[in-house]
Amino acid sequence: MDDTAAGPSHSFRIKTAGRGSHAALAAVIVALLVLTLLPLFAGRTLIQDLIFLFYMLALAQCWNLLAGYAGLISVGQQAFVGLGGYLLFALTLIGGLNPLLAIPLAGVIAALFALPTALVVFRLRGAYFAIGTWVVAEVYRLTFAQIKPLGGGTGTSLTPAVTSSVPGIEWVKALLDVRTPAARDIVSYWIALALLVATLAAVYLILRSRRGLALGAIRDHEAAAASLGVDIYRVKLAVYVATAAMTGMIGALIYLQKARISPDAGFAVLDWTAYVIFIVVIGGIGTMEGPVIGAIIFYLMQRYLADFGAWYLILLGTLGILVMLFAPKGLWGLVAERYDVTLFPTRRRLIAEARPKS
Amino acid sequence: MLLDVAGLKKSFGSIIVADDLDLSIAPSEAVGIIGPNGAGKTTLFNLIGGGLAPAAGHIRFEGRDLAGVPPQGRCRAGIARTHQIPLPFEKLTVFENLLVGAVYGRQKSEREAAQSCGEILDRLGLLKRANVPAGSLTLLERKRLEMARALATAPRLLLLDEIAGGLTEAECGELVATIRDIRKTGVAILWIEHVVHALLAVIDRLVVLNFGRKIAEGLPREVMARPDVHQIYIGIEA
Repeated sequence: MDDTAAGPSHSFRIKTAGRGSHAALAAVIVALLVLTLLPLFAGRTLIQDLIFLFYMLALAQCWNLLAGYAGLISVGQQAFVGLGGYLLFALTLIGGLNPLLAIPLAGVIAALFALPTALVVFRLRGAYFAIGTWVVAEVYRLTFAQIKPLGGGTGTSLTPAVTSSVPGIEWVKALLDVRTPAARDIVSYWIALALLVATLAAVYLILRSRRGLALGAIRDHEAAAASLGVDIYRVKLAVYVATAAMTGMIGALIYLQKARISPDAGFAVLDWTAYVIFIVVIGGIGTMEGPVIGAIIFYLMQRYLADFGAWYLILLGTLGILVMLFAPKGLWGLVAERYDVTLFPTRRRLIAEARPKS
Repeated sequence: MLLDVAGLKKSFGSIIVADDLDLSIAPSEAVGIIGPNGAGKTTLFNLIGGGLAPAAGHIRFEGRDLAGVPPQGRCRAGIARTHQIPLPFEKLTVFENLLVGAVYGRQKSEREAAQSCGEILDRLGLLKRANVPAGSLTLLERKRLEMARALATAPRLLLLDEIAGGLTEAECGELVATIRDIRKTGVAILWIEHVVHALLAVIDRLVVLNFGRKIAEGLPREVMARPDVHQIYIGIEA
């Protein structure tokens, strides 16, 4: 068991995996299978709820990578949700593209927008950066409100021709014997699931890569990372652009499902950033598991308490403050402190082996 | 010369922390710096490490002017430092802490870096702790990690900032032995320390700073015997 008690005559190698990761992998595969087949038995309400849960979780993973690892506390990610949504509308309504093609394209264009945006907001630090990103998002909102072909200030809707042109709808209708709106939801559900899995996989692969090592170091201590050779600016820029692309794709998906967009809804700071921050903070910032827990709690609160109106928001805020005060590492932090568990192992272990005698 | 500091000036408001400072270090030389609190010792490290920019003067490393070179560039050029208060990456493991230095400071792949990181951990007595989070280390272990992490970047100049402070006598002795071992590998050392006897056990040359100025420099015993140095040092070291 004591695989590290070695002398100088030992050779060392690296192993990137955690204990119980095979069991975790099996659990993930089973969960994925169940989620994929869920529309066969679940009702339409549950499917719609899960679409919401999936895209909120995907947004939370992006924000967590940005804020929890790269230290970029953005309150302006709604810029890329709205941008992605509007790009979907522009590419399908005006460009005549299929929505399924418009989603990845929206991601690419969002990344292209993120680059000049970063050059502006990266000149700011800390709280100024946070406010700067918000201001940029407002600029995006006001700009899209000026674009008449996309409905100006009042917004616009997807035509039925566009919404029903998503591949698979006819197939689902025939297979499950449901009506068009239900079939649309099921296809959106699968796209949302695919996008969520892609986001989780992307974040996980980034964290396991060479760049992930730098992100862990930046998260824990930025100045120390720089003095060990990490180019902080480059890593942060890469993360900002990558999360903008992912956030843009999620935004496109959200508005494909909603089929109606307006500047106020698409660039809403409450929906696309404040709730997302809530999810990450109560779950546990700077871990991949935290946002998963946070998103489930947020979904349950939304599902069962949203009818209480203002009281729901007061409760949400109170819970957020309580967690920040008494469990600053979030609910996952409480679990991780007690048991050494991880669902997404990124730890690199040093393995020492006796050198074969020659 | 490995490091050449000439005419360095820096002040924070009215407080002068580097006043026309000159300092040279030859390859594999060990130089100690002492001086009262606020003499500008840590500021000097921040200026050499690139965390701060000087108001005037030059810092050359292996003949290359470091003006405008950011901290990561100076690390890759061969300058590594430890911090007075250890700054481990707490959620990363001890091994991963070193890996950051080896992968980014030396531009190696994680696979290539594993062997040298393992050897450094072994040399610094941290091998048994390789796979625990750095946040769970004791103060002595954290100080050793600061050094191990700096060594993982394969530096030619190692800046040590009060590495012996806060340790027991026995721990301090162990640390001195480790630093002497590091010296034997040919790494030049610039060491700020209040624990003078630890410093004197290692260094070739001693520099005394006060108010950002170099007030004495020379062989350690001779410098320590000077009355003006003695006067500044009363109350710091018995």
